[in-house]
Amino acid sequence: MIPLAGYLLVSAILFSIGLAGAVTRRNAIIVLIGIELMLNAANLNFIAFWRFSPNPEALSGVVFVLFSIAIAAAEAAVGLALIISIYRHRKTTDVEQMDSLKG
Amino acid sequence: MTLSFAIIGAVTIASAIAAMTLRHLVHCALSLAITFAGLAALYLQLQAQFVGFAQLLVYVGAVAILIVFAILLTRGSGPETQPIYSSRWLAGVVVAVIVMAVLGGTILSSKTVSAHVEAAAFEPSVRRIGDQLMTRYVLPLEVLGLLLTAATIGAVILAIQENRPAKPGGHQ
Repeated sequence: MIPLAGYLLVSAILFSIGLAGAVTRRNAIIVLIGIELMLNAANLNFIAFWRFSPNPEALSGVVFVLFSIAIAAAEAAVGLALIISIYRHRKTTDVEQMDSLKG
Repeated sequence: MTLSFAIIGAVTIASAIAAMTLRHLVHCALSLAITFAGLAALYLQLQAQFVGFAQLLVYVGAVAILIVFAILLTRGSGPETQPIYSSRWLAGVVVAVIVMAVLGGTILSSKTVSAHVEAAAFEPSVRRIGDQLMTRYVLPLEVLGLLLTAATIGAVILAIQENRPAKPGGHQ
């Protein structure tokens, strides 16, 4: 059996990769992919902590991750719709050119 | 068990790096699907079968396809000609490395985490998850259904074509 720290380390690495991608890439879709990676890293933490908890019968971690997956799916749908809408108006998906609100 | 964890972890992290660094957007989406599948394998290894298959269905099945559609609809299917990283990419990488170092240091030095080496014996069942969802978590489940409906309608309204001539009296 892998100790808890192994799963937590994989999750931390995934989170950092997602964060690096979300703040460095120019394409809005890739930024969204980075955010999805960070959400998934958090889900892996939930499952790992649930599995190694004293009473896994309570199933709180599993239920929380199920809700989290559903909310992440809704977020992805709305986010991609926003990107498509912006692309239609501005003809770009480059986040550095989406600066109309900049003072 | 240890070997399978090493292989799954390495594939998951490598495909995540590929998803964040590749130039071709469709390749990024495919790498992302591999990352999601690797995470589902990790869930299966942690005896969370239901969550593992839900992950496969929702992420590999739906979200990855949605992202591919968005890439094709924004005509990003070819390799990008402009630089793919933003002008201040170095600051972002530094922040990510610092976050990684803090998280890793905390995990490796924590006494609470290192005390949990063996997991308790546990026989999971989907029936128990269903019982919990229908009794203790029934209100969050209903709210979640409402949220998904609202999100679906919102996504359709956002992405719908707006350049039709506006009817007199009607809004847009």
